[in-house]
Amino acid sequence: MEVNESLLKELSKKAINIRRNIIEMVYMASSGHPGGALSIVDILTILYFYEMKVDLSNSKDENRDRFVLSKGHASPALYATLAEKGFIKKEELRKFRSINSLLQGHPDMKKIPGVDMTTGSLGQGLSAANGMALAGKLDQKSYRVYCMLGDGEIEEGQIWEAAMSASHYKLDNLCVIVDNNNLQIDGEISKVMSPYPIDKKFEAFGFEVLRNRWS
Amino acid sequence: MKPEIKIATRQSFGEALKKLGDENENIVVLDADLSSATKTEIFAKAYPERFFDMGIAEQDMIGTAAGLATCGKIPFASSFAAFATGRVYDQIRASICYPNLNVKICGTHAGITVGEDGATHQMLEDISLMRGLPNMTVLCPSDDISTKWAVEEASKINGPVYIRLARAATPVIYEENKIFTFGKAVQFGDGTDATVFATGVEVAEALKAQEILKGYNIDIRVVDMLSIKPIDKDIIERCAMGTDRLISIEDHSIIGGLGSAIAEVLTERYPAKLKRMGMQDTFGQSGKAVDLMNFYKLNAEAIVKELKN
Repeated sequence: MEVNESLLKELSKKAINIRRNIIEMVYMASSGHPGGALSIVDILTILYFYEMKVDLSNSKDENRDRFVLSKGHASPALYATLAEKGFIKKEELRKFRSINSLLQGHPDMKKIPGVDMTTGSLGQGLSAANGMALAGKLDQKSYRVYCMLGDGEIEEGQIWEAAMSASHYKLDNLCVIVDNNNLQIDGEISKVMSPYPIDKKFEAFGFEVLRNRWS
Repeated sequence: MKPEIKIATRQSFGEALKKLGDENENIVVLDADLSSATKTEIFAKAYPERFFDMGIAEQDMIGTAAGLATCGKIPFASSFAAFATGRVYDQIRASICYPNLNVKICGTHAGITVGEDGATHQMLEDISLMRGLPNMTVLCPSDDISTKWAVEEASKINGPVYIRLARAATPVIYEENKIFTFGKAVQFGDGTDATVFATGVEVAEALKAQEILKGYNIDIRVVDMLSIKPIDKDIIERCAMGTDRLISIEDHSIIGGLGSAIAEVLTERYPAKLKRMGMQDTFGQSGKAVDLMNFYKLNAEAIVKELKN
């Protein structure tokens, strides 16, 4: 798919819908993490409407691309994106975080079609993404695995264990995205527990790092 | 019982894994730099492309196993019990048990029978941690034959399983052709003076005690509780009804382990007194396994002493 004016316009429209739904979901639930969800909307929009191969009619297709939302508290963004994509009914969004809803506070792969990994306890998603990428290599499949980390989340030591493994096992079918919104619950990440310089750290662990600054 | 042959259950585990690998190409094995001790090296040598050494990084090992399972693999992740359970409790809870993923966790070197390495390596709380997790099955085989069965059985269960294994060589108890039933314990003898519920390395000790006690005209039955979860409630109730005294013995803390699990069943089904032998809310220490079992009253002699009183 070529990136042109009309595609960008279409993607922007989807991103606006997703943002609107996030605000509505968190408002209805009177609970949730709107900030960390809103900061990943553009990235999710690109992934689900441009980059990733996923099939609505076959959500468990073994050749599909996978996405792991390691920063699971940003679930409203994932749910709103999956709803925009058609995996979740839009009415369900209003039940976010309420009893007997599919939409748990943090993503549950057993409840929601289109969710590839259960997450919520920070620091664990990259290891799971590595496992998916390793399985792809073993089975000689061409799917790719995308993993979204929070910039506060990478304070967890397991992330760096996993970064080491990804490099050691040469997982070139893996794409890791760090959402560098510079905030965590107790304040700015640079003040709470600075993980900077994030790019140099991942480079040192063997990653090819592309920087995309907010303009 | 054939006390002349002694095999460590970790060795049986390594051999069983390789056999599983022969039969099913979805079996993959992960280890955290201990493959020569956990015996996953046997599989690694046969199937290097399906073996992943994750280095000294157990949290990542557990998470990677979870990811592999989401793609249809059947991962066996192995380390010493202390690092395969306690170190990674939240990874097991959030990334494996909650999504009910098909990962088998194999903790070798459980209990004080680890010996010389001392308290940091003597895992005494793993049964407690693992059986408290929803979706988790907990198996604690007692010898070579039951371990091979447990490994194969674990591969047939579509969900998380914890297999508790020992470092020390222990007697082979069962015949080669023994048929086990999932969730069922195995009873030795039908004495009515007492029941000794034992698990893991303690089963051989209980059987030794059974022989010695015959000399004192005390006829006991021994029950091998090789499945901790699900637990065989019927046999517990039956033994409580049919014997005068009840003892549980485990190379594990008496808090949360086999003794606690049996007490829970007794409370609900047939209230009776239970003497819980095991580690009495304490850490272990360095020493030879045999000396530690004697010091902490985890051997046949301790059972005999208890039942002679």
